[in-house]
Amino acid sequence: MLPPALGVLFDGFAYGMLLFLLSVGMTVTLGMMNFVNLAHCAFAMLGGYVTVTLMNRFGWPFFATLPMAFLISAFVSVAFERVLYRRLYRASDLDQVLLTIGIAFISVAAAAWFFGTIQQPIQMPSYLRGSLNFFGLNISVYRLFLVGTGLAVTLLLAFALEYTRFGAQVRAAVDNQRMARGLGINVDRTFAVTFAVGSGFAGLGGALAIEIVGLDPSFAFTYLVYVLIVVSVGGLGSIAGSFAAATLIGISDIAGKYYVPQLGAFLIYLVMIAVLMWRPAGLFGRR
Amino acid sequence: MRASHLLLAGIAATALGLTPVLAQESVKIGVIMTYSGQFADAATQMDNGIKLYMKQHGDTVAGKKIEIIRKDTGGPAPDVAKRLAQELVVRDKVDILAGFVLTPNAMAASDVSDQAKKFMVIMNAATAIITTKSNYSTRVSQTLPQVTETLGKWAATKGGVTKAYSMVSDYGPGHDAQGGFERAFKAAGGEIVGAVRMPVANPDFSAFVQRAKDLNPQSIFTFVPGGAQPAALGKAFAERGVNPKTIKIFGTGEVTDDAALKNMGDAALDIITAWHYDHNHDSKLNKDFVAAYKKDFGGDNPNFFALGGYDGMHLIYETLKKTGGKADGDSLIAAAKGLKWESPRGPVSIDPETRDIIQTIYIRRVEKVGGELKNVEFDKIENVKDPVKEAMKK
Repeated sequence: MLPPALGVLFDGFAYGMLLFLLSVGMTVTLGMMNFVNLAHCAFAMLGGYVTVTLMNRFGWPFFATLPMAFLISAFVSVAFERVLYRRLYRASDLDQVLLTIGIAFISVAAAAWFFGTIQQPIQMPSYLRGSLNFFGLNISVYRLFLVGTGLAVTLLLAFALEYTRFGAQVRAAVDNQRMARGLGINVDRTFAVTFAVGSGFAGLGGALAIEIVGLDPSFAFTYLVYVLIVVSVGGLGSIAGSFAAATLIGISDIAGKYYVPQLGAFLIYLVMIAVLMWRPAGLFGRR
Repeated sequence: MRASHLLLAGIAATALGLTPVLAQESVKIGVIMTYSGQFADAATQMDNGIKLYMKQHGDTVAGKKIEIIRKDTGGPAPDVAKRLAQELVVRDKVDILAGFVLTPNAMAASDVSDQAKKFMVIMNAATAIITTKSNYSTRVSQTLPQVTETLGKWAATKGGVTKAYSMVSDYGPGHDAQGGFERAFKAAGGEIVGAVRMPVANPDFSAFVQRAKDLNPQSIFTFVPGGAQPAALGKAFAERGVNPKTIKIFGTGEVTDDAALKNMGDAALDIITAWHYDHNHDSKLNKDFVAAYKKDFGGDNPNFFALGGYDGMHLIYETLKKTGGKADGDSLIAAAKGLKWESPRGPVSIDPETRDIIQTIYIRRVEKVGGELKNVEFDKIENVKDPVKEAMKK
């Protein structure tokens, strides 16, 4: 028999992976491109609605909808980036906040218009439901799947940024934009693709989140808080930082609820405050 | 020039000529609801209930034309609700205030109703004390303790459990629900083995459920706000291996409403809830109501919000008939006291003392009927009054 603490750790880690998927795109846009995108979770919500619509209206299997959630969120976000965001790359933070929070509000109203404010129903395939009994611990199959996906995405991203030509271009464009342009790197295109990939992962996160937390039009705002916490605790622009922060927040949230339910969901804020007092730039922050 | 003069004259003539006539012949109802925002679906259902009643019974009662003026609070916004109520009374000269999905809004508007002596019909908001805030208000929905106390007593006497663990959301209605259940459960000889209050904005229930499961309680009582949470909670129960067959799960109707059942799937089987209305209720009146509602509003089933709107309009029509069309607050509230009628949910009446609703509370179990999950009524407690106001009297 394994102690329940391990179960708490596992659940927390799985929840952290969900937060990581949702926030990794924000880390990129905020940390690398210096753009405050408060509409980030609107793209996550879009991914969720894509999955729900494809499953319920067109009878697609769950797994087939996940790439679509990624792709559609990525494409829509790139349209926004080209038409609206691009104009504000050099604008003040306040202008960026006003634009993107406006888009987030519009997305909430649009989702309510098309889908209503009710909770979207979703039925997971039977092999993702229920739980495994692992030496007396209840391991939820779906959470195991989340952990797997989260780890895969992390490895993929870390590899792409470190070892591919495109990753090198992104890093160059972030470190010194003028120099990168001078070397012939198409910085605009690089940022557009980076932005799309970040939003795509948000869309994927949104689709995966439905089973755990549900989906309704307030999603675009409910999760914004968590995403901002993860990004600031992890340190801007650091994927490893986001990973560590998401894990920390996920585990402290679950552990807090399990061991000290009186504190409830408040513990993560304490953790955030403590980390930021210790390292104001975040765990892996450089500035 | 001339055209605009004509227009102005026209407007003036309309204003002068028509207003007094309308004032004589119409009864204006100001409906304050959350038409937009997070609770928009609830308001839509309620508004549909109002529309359906008026379609079936015409828009003229006791020689007066019924005129509805709709106002949106956009969510829980007591200050907005109060301002809207004032505007409706002062500027639009309404005779009746109605609607109210949420408690804070109903509380705020009650002040206006009390001071302006306007009849007020609460069609949903379920906190017990709202009706004590105005001498001119009445309610056609339910009060939360009416449901949870009934459930607590039922669980201890007929439900076959003596120990319960309570999990409720940490806000006003959650405390009300917990208090009601615990009081009645203990009074009937049961024991509460533990309790947890969960944050209202709570995305993941797994830790709370795991904690409850580790105590291995005989039963769990739960209350969470409708919408996103019931399904998430139900899924957490299933995922953690809390099986309603071995650990009984008790809740209020929100926990197993249609949307929640669709989301939970078979995980919902055998959850026991207490509630005042379900569209599967077996009566001819209800079948007609459900059929008419589905025909008019795109095939959706009516829920308790729609029923609130429908019964609220019924109350208004019947009181106006009794007063012969007199629409002042004193006449209407006098007519409402003791009013009895057959609602789609069953027989109901308005308590002459508290002006609150007296009705049957049904005990239901989630079962699979014809491949579909349904709340099947298998026991009922008749003529339940609001226990909070009963206790206040003593």
